[in-house]
Amino acid sequence: MTLTELSRHTGQWLRSGGPAGEVVISSRVRLARNLAGLPFLGRSTRSHQRELEQRLWLEILDSGVLGDGGFYVDVDAAGQLDRELLVERHLISRHHADGESPRGVAISADETIAIMVNEEDHIRIQVLRSGQQLDAAAAQINAIDDKLDERLDFAFHGKYGYLTACPTNVGTGLRVSVMLHLPGLTLSGAIDKALRAAGDMHLAIRGLHGEGTAATGDFFQLSNQTTLGKTEQQIIEEFTDEVLPSFIDYELSARDGLSRRQQALIDDRIFRALATLKAARVMSTREMMSLLSMVRLGVNIGKIGDVSLDTVNDLFLLAQPAHLQKMLGRTMTSDERAAARADYIHKRLGVA
Amino acid sequence: MNHKCERCGKPATVHLTEIFGDQKVEKHLCDQCAAEEGSAAKAYVPIHQLLEDFVLRGDSREDDTTCDVCGMTYAEFRKAHRLGCPNDYEAFAGQLAPQLAIVHEGACEHIGKVPHRAGGDQQKQTAVLRLRAQLKRAIAVEDYERAASLRDQIRETETS
Repeated sequence: MTLTELSRHTGQWLRSGGPAGEVVISSRVRLARNLAGLPFLGRSTRSHQRELEQRLWLEILDSGVLGDGGFYVDVDAAGQLDRELLVERHLISRHHADGESPRGVAISADETIAIMVNEEDHIRIQVLRSGQQLDAAAAQINAIDDKLDERLDFAFHGKYGYLTACPTNVGTGLRVSVMLHLPGLTLSGAIDKALRAAGDMHLAIRGLHGEGTAATGDFFQLSNQTTLGKTEQQIIEEFTDEVLPSFIDYELSARDGLSRRQQALIDDRIFRALATLKAARVMSTREMMSLLSMVRLGVNIGKIGDVSLDTVNDLFLLAQPAHLQKMLGRTMTSDERAAARADYIHKRLGVA
Repeated sequence: MNHKCERCGKPATVHLTEIFGDQKVEKHLCDQCAAEEGSAAKAYVPIHQLLEDFVLRGDSREDDTTCDVCGMTYAEFRKAHRLGCPNDYEAFAGQLAPQLAIVHEGACEHIGKVPHRAGGDQQKQTAVLRLRAQLKRAIAVEDYERAASLRDQIRETETS
């Protein structure tokens, strides 16, 4: 599999909306692991980092955790565009894309598994699923960790658990993130209150692309901050039993209230968004995100019948800057991209 | 849209929309007044912010504490925000423990998964780390005889 092939379609995991997909876009779990007897990356030399990268890459591929068709991308050697592509697909972090040391990522064919090598920790395992599938994702990542544990000695402390370069990840090394689409709460003005409640539950709130990014188009990513003093199971259950049911409930009641009390207004927002996407000649990523957010709402509450959820999901991903350039096979300025993006959107929405 | 705090007139940093029945009430407050009103929780707490708070809370009087395995000082950790090696958790235990409790909802002990491999025990891990640090120094001063013997010791410790 090459990155160019990858760039032509949405990851298989996103193609069919998962459980509770009208609110929960994706479920992601991540484990941070370091090898025992070695310094963390900040204290190791470039040649040791290279040596470690090659060893880990072989061990990961050899362990079979990726299944058939898994592949490894040398992120250090990859071009700027390919690195951006991996960020847009949520397969590597911004930090990993911008790094300077020998590093890479091992990816399964369906893109549900991505294992970053030499990011902030020696290994960062990620499992990604569409919709609310945290239990399945947690079971899968635990099995991957077990398999790697058979061949690698992980740095572990009786009191502090799995040791990580940053003390905010120590213990389980587990970070759970759910991506939520909350247009109802945004439109009704109740979003601040909901996000404050999330803050009270010790959750971090971020935008579409993780750390340091602002929320665009009513998409919010909620993650646990606490990694120490709870079992992996407890951390997962806080999401499946408390956080997610509450947020799904808040959002659906907000949508319900809006469509009962302000139906004309909501319909107007949805159809204006669709019309703008179909008519615009230049379109920035940011504007597209907020318009697609309304269209996604329209599809989910049955207002829009002739656009599928898959098309909406495709556009979210494939019309982003790196994907667009990869698809058209050339680098473009941001003005050129805005025109190409509008063009591509027309094509996908069936504008003649 | 620069709102002033409704209570004291300073620039507002907390903007709330509360719904009472059918009525929507917008409130604009500064941090301090919001805290007094009990609605201070900030909606956005990025992880890197948490980390900065974490590091800044540390006591600078203990900055010269040094890890004898990787050579990192506590002052360097405060600057880099990343630890140098697993042994730092021991070396800086005095500074880290209270801060870990703040970040992790009061917890300071791991109760989750434990690696299966017997080789993962901690004393051995630290011994290997220490030997590797010595090896690096031996190579730096071109003491190859010592380097060779250290390499053997590392292999022995790892497979014991």
